[in-house]
Amino acid sequence: MLSRIAESLFWIGRYVERADDTARLLDVHVQLLLEDPWAEEDAACRSLLSVMAREVPPGRPVVGREDVLAWVAYDGTSQSSVAGALGAARENARRVREIISTELWESLNTTWAQCPARIRDGRPHDFFAWVRERSAVHAGIVDSAMSRDETWHFMALGRSIERADMTARLLTTRALAGVTGPSWVDLLRSCGAYEAFLRTYRGSMSDRLAAGFLLMDRLFPRSIAAALRQAEECLAGLDSVADRGSQDEARRHVGHARASLDYRPLGEFLDDLPHEMELVQRACSAASDAVRLRYFPSALVTSWVGEAL
Amino acid sequence: MADLFDGYPVGRVWDEMLGLDGSVRDAYERVHSSLAQMTEGELRARAESLLNAHLTKGVTFDFAGEERPFPVDVVPRVVAAAEWDHVAPGVAQRVAALEAFLADVYGPQECVRDGVVPRRVVVSSSHFHREAQGVTPPNGVRVHVSGIDIIRDGDDTWRVLEDNVRVPSGVSYVLANRRSMAQTFPELFAALRIRPVADYPRQLLAALVAAAPAGVDEPTVVVLTPGIYNSAYFEHTLLARQMGVELVEGRDLFCAGGRVWMRTTQGRRRVDVVYRRVDDEFLDPVIFRPDSQLGCPGLMTCARNGTVTIANAVGNGVADDKLIYTYVPDLIRYFLHEEPILANVDTWRLEDPGALEEVLDRLPELVVKPVDGSGGKGIVVGPAASARELDELRSRLQADPRGWIAQPVIQLSTVPTLVEAGLRPRHVDLRPFAVNDGSSVFVLPGGLTRVALPEGQLVVNSSQGGGSKDTWVLGAAAPRREHPRSAGLPLTVAKDAAVPIEPGPDAFAVQNMQMQQQQAGAPC
Repeated sequence: MLSRIAESLFWIGRYVERADDTARLLDVHVQLLLEDPWAEEDAACRSLLSVMAREVPPGRPVVGREDVLAWVAYDGTSQSSVAGALGAARENARRVREIISTELWESLNTTWAQCPARIRDGRPHDFFAWVRERSAVHAGIVDSAMSRDETWHFMALGRSIERADMTARLLTTRALAGVTGPSWVDLLRSCGAYEAFLRTYRGSMSDRLAAGFLLMDRLFPRSIAAALRQAEECLAGLDSVADRGSQDEARRHVGHARASLDYRPLGEFLDDLPHEMELVQRACSAASDAVRLRYFPSALVTSWVGEAL
Repeated sequence: MADLFDGYPVGRVWDEMLGLDGSVRDAYERVHSSLAQMTEGELRARAESLLNAHLTKGVTFDFAGEERPFPVDVVPRVVAAAEWDHVAPGVAQRVAALEAFLADVYGPQECVRDGVVPRRVVVSSSHFHREAQGVTPPNGVRVHVSGIDIIRDGDDTWRVLEDNVRVPSGVSYVLANRRSMAQTFPELFAALRIRPVADYPRQLLAALVAAAPAGVDEPTVVVLTPGIYNSAYFEHTLLARQMGVELVEGRDLFCAGGRVWMRTTQGRRRVDVVYRRVDDEFLDPVIFRPDSQLGCPGLMTCARNGTVTIANAVGNGVADDKLIYTYVPDLIRYFLHEEPILANVDTWRLEDPGALEEVLDRLPELVVKPVDGSGGKGIVVGPAASARELDELRSRLQADPRGWIAQPVIQLSTVPTLVEAGLRPRHVDLRPFAVNDGSSVFVLPGGLTRVALPEGQLVVNSSQGGGSKDTWVLGAAAPRREHPRSAGLPLTVAKDAAVPIEPGPDAFAVQNMQMQQQQAGAPC
């Protein structure tokens, strides 16, 4: 497979997952601000933006819900906003139009085409619900109608790396500020994990259990450990003739983060959650770089300049 | 442009939004102004999206064997903080008194001996179960969940209409209405400080866990439902889901070795607390109706042995018997040594000397209710009844005076409600829900407001064509902080610790160039 194609597939996976996770995260935050009369809107929004690595433009005294929505949800030009990620996913799909199935392409294209019409003032929940639904359609097509060949592996790899990264960010929102941040219930809900969690632990709710669930539950696919394990499996699938003496760079990063989740006691993570989550995000980022270097090498861009003698 | 409130009749009955002179009451100011800014079309669009939100969630109730969407009105009901601070303690007080009464009735019966309640009233109640005598709940709680129906009469006085301490339903609609309303009116939620209700399932679970038999670590709680054809099945699933406990039917349970178990794929599993939504009569075919398929044989024996807790306790019906209701103010004074905070509605006990004659005389102007009814069944509203109905009722009253009570027709307060003709006043009542965990009574802020949709109709039950409203208790209380933020904790990620969200390959530069090439190539 061409490296260029593989890279696009990888990024389709990442962008769709990014749109999905960001929509979930924002939905919970916005709903929380609406329902809880004592939420401190400015602080909560700033905290959220910092987790998403967004800087508040200088000179903004107060940041509100509307700003967060405008920047992180509706901004079509930024690849880290929901609308932008959907656009970028479609843009990447256009580049691999000959590789992916018509069904998959049409799903992404429809999503992109309908996106502007779905953004309506005052109805963020409808938009987020729609985004979740579209990404579920995408995931369904990928799951049910795609050969488990390289195409699938690259896409699933992108998805799992992004998922681990976004779940880590989500946990950071909680860890940052006890009050202004969302409760564990909201956090679980934003991952769609609330009901799974309740069933697993029969309704006993403690910070420890909830954090443990999102960090290292082996069966829930959105937990960081599960996402990382999936990434490992994809990497293993891509690298069929593994070098017996050394480990692939990307697998080292992912595996290290996963193993530390699997084998270190939960307490160590909870002691400094923001830092631990930063490490997870950095591992995802490093793995992504390693994947790029290995599978998508791009020639140095040579730019010719006219002779200036 | 036509105002939504055009033609809204004011001053006829006590309306909660508009005063007698048409002025807007304080609590409703914000809701009124935002409604007044809307056109009818806008409001109807919101109403439709509200209904759609309910349909998506599957918020339904079963009516005559058919699954119907639960109607919710687009105009919320608002309760000012000061009013709620009167109502909530009143409800809690009432629950405490009923709890004490039940403990007494199924125990030493001191209130009977002291002459507060006549023995014959207690023992003649159809829900007084001798089988429950001597069953002592582990933490002393029998009324884990209660719904005290209250109304606001024509003089702006909150009064208790009836007590429900058996299996009160409706709380799921409170939770569902709130979520759908928050999605439909985000701007109002942003502007008003509405006390949240989402905490209810947690409170309930905590109360159920607290009620577990002594010495059980991590008790297993289950919700016992009659099955999917029950009118409140939606509620059973919602509560079980939000508490994260198993929803069981009678056939999933069995008793062995003096304990209750459920059948699971992992073998049998012990059950410690049964939050049952099955009526007493169906709970245990050994003790009650032998033909019941809904219960579990032996359940009562286990409860008696103290190996399982049934919530709410069996035999609670004696406390919400409508004749006992007339004694509740006395019970509050007797057990709690307090004056009742919420008054009763004046009620004739037909067995009192002279009462039956007076009631029979004035039948066309009174409301007559069966003492053990619920869901608005059997209620006869005098002014609305035909002569034949009244005649029939007369003979029934004479035959069984213990079985009925009579009350004056109360003008329930009204709240604007969206109907065919626009916004019109419709009568409402309120069912606040209270959860007793043994140490305190938690009253859910708000509750289920039921609204009678036909004009002038005073019976508000959903089985009688009623709708509901989301009830907003405004939060004037000081912010409640569960975990005060420790001073050292940062609020945002430090700049150097923030991991940027990676952008994809720089595609746009290439894109520009490709387009240039196209343009350049076009003339060829």
